[in-house]
Amino acid sequence: MTFASLAPVYPELWLAVAAMALLLLGVFRGEGSTRLVSWLGVAALVVTLVLVRAQPAESQSAFGGMFLADGFARFAKLLILIGSGFAIVQSLGYIKYNRMDRFEYPVLILLASVGMMMMVSANDLMSLYLGLELQSLSLYVLAAFKRDSERATEAGLKYFVLGALSSGMLLYGSSLIYGFTGSTGFVQIAEAVKASGSHASIGLIVGIVFLSAGLAFKVSAVPFHMWVPDVYEGAPTPVTAFFAVAPKIAAVALFCRAMLSPFGDIAADWQQIIIVISALSMLLGAFAAIAQNNIKRLMAYSSIGHVGYALVGLAAGTEEGVRGILIYLAIYLAMNVGTFACILSMRHRDSLVEGVSDLAGLAKTHPFMAFLLAGFMFSLAGVPPLAGFFGKFYIFMAAINAKLYALAVLGMLSSVVSAYYYLRIVKIMYFDEADEPLSKPLRTELGAVMGITGLFTLLFFVYPAPLLAAAQAAAKTLFP
Amino acid sequence: MIIHALAFYLFAAIAVASGFMVIAARNPVHSVLFLILAFFNAAGLFVLMGAEFLAMILVIVYVGAVAVLFLFVVMMLDINFVELRQGFLQYLPIGGLIGFILLVELLLVLGGWASVPHVASSGALPIPPPEQVTNTHALGHVLYTKYVYLFQGSGLILLVAMIGAIVLTLRHRPGVRRQDIAVQTYRRRDEAVEVKKVEPRQGI
Repeated sequence: MTFASLAPVYPELWLAVAAMALLLLGVFRGEGSTRLVSWLGVAALVVTLVLVRAQPAESQSAFGGMFLADGFARFAKLLILIGSGFAIVQSLGYIKYNRMDRFEYPVLILLASVGMMMMVSANDLMSLYLGLELQSLSLYVLAAFKRDSERATEAGLKYFVLGALSSGMLLYGSSLIYGFTGSTGFVQIAEAVKASGSHASIGLIVGIVFLSAGLAFKVSAVPFHMWVPDVYEGAPTPVTAFFAVAPKIAAVALFCRAMLSPFGDIAADWQQIIIVISALSMLLGAFAAIAQNNIKRLMAYSSIGHVGYALVGLAAGTEEGVRGILIYLAIYLAMNVGTFACILSMRHRDSLVEGVSDLAGLAKTHPFMAFLLAGFMFSLAGVPPLAGFFGKFYIFMAAINAKLYALAVLGMLSSVVSAYYYLRIVKIMYFDEADEPLSKPLRTELGAVMGITGLFTLLFFVYPAPLLAAAQAAAKTLFP
Repeated sequence: MIIHALAFYLFAAIAVASGFMVIAARNPVHSVLFLILAFFNAAGLFVLMGAEFLAMILVIVYVGAVAVLFLFVVMMLDINFVELRQGFLQYLPIGGLIGFILLVELLLVLGGWASVPHVASSGALPIPPPEQVTNTHALGHVLYTKYVYLFQGSGLILLVAMIGAIVLTLRHRPGVRRQDIAVQTYRRRDEAVEVKKVEPRQGI
């Protein structure tokens, strides 16, 4: 093996080495260096972004096929890197005021990003698991990062225990798949599945069921969603903002690859699982969020619902469906980052508040923020011509072309229901009187994040072609 | 050959018996000691199979580190295990039922076992005869070449675990006295020793 044969792994190598170098820098510079380490971490993510963009268009594999850098992986990696970069920028103010500004925070986000990039590039059950564990372990620590807060440590512990359970299920499924196909590589599994004819053996199906249960936990689809509201509410808000975006994108992308790449030929055998969890997620996301008064809990249920919509594309199992998922994830990234930037700016005097009713009167005190938050809410509800509408549009179009009419109708109905709680926030901001208005001025970096994501969300319909073309090219590589 | 079989049955019987005693023993410290016995016997079984490297790793890692850690935890945490076990009989029927269902399911799956054609040849690596190459050599050969990606990935995971342990537990307490050799050696006599004139029958 020469150094040149590592070319597909350069972005991951760079990011891992950069994370370790920043860790050393932090250790030597001491506690005061968090701000420096954070900005250098953002710079490292930008360089990784450039490295990913610079890779040649065709698929390359490394390490005997365990690692695959194809168009699909690259698209997902770009989204992950953008999400992680925003997460670091968003948390700068919060971690300073809440005395959790230790330099390990950005380093852990970088290491989690390495794990996510390994996940979406995994082409083998073993590298899949390693990437997943690297990501999850960093996230457990981040959830409990505010170690003096009882709620944060509870969230971290809950996430850790349930995450370990899901890893166990995933490993059990992997071992059955290995036992019944004789290989862990996706390519070899696909060959073995093809050789055994149109119907898979029952052992293989049990393996796929366990694998998808483990992955459904990681994407937080119903019925494996129990941890999400508690963890989202308990974890520090910028950590929640990170959880809701980059890891979710990585897990959905991994779910697509782990189902379509090795088991594409027996799609009929696993499609029904995806249909059921997708329908349940959409319904639960729509109905359970109605009663929520904590905005972080509300966003947790909202993210469960959105994962349901994304999985509709996987249930379709077509190239069009995967394209829809990728477009959806990109738009979801912008909407959620923007919404969390607004949530992070909600404060009364010195303390951060997270009740929905605390938003009352925002339109009078912060008209710019209220306008953008209203835009994000309309977009999350899927009102045209905002970006969120197009995400749902491409997903449901793929579902209808794959003859999943019932699922598409269910999705539209549940998005109508979910419009209720998104629009309630807009109503509270514009029409309710505040007892105590949100006082603090906006932080510059949060305002910038809101502005960028808001522009994308509001003006996506003007020029959607580049995103559509990129998603189309990326989806094509998953269907050779 | 007969000695081989005798050794196998000896190790296997003790391993199963001590495994049972791990969950049956009343005293948790005894449980951990039985666990160590089970590990030793499993290591013996590995040696019989010619996997000497795994046997040694089992003893070093599991007995030397994991089981000793368990012992520490059991001794340091004051948990009343008798109280924990009180609901055992109450949950036995439903637990037994679930166990039985899982067993039946496993048997059904294994009953329908049909492996893919050429499964033997599609294995990851050909296994050289054990006379030609030692365990350690064979493992090292694939671990640092074919599986280097997984090896490094595991390294990163362990790094995260280490960072996590430090982030979540390390606290800098003010006023802790630490040894600083440079300061100690640079101390001069007049800083360290104070001569006091003590009057008779007065005290200091």
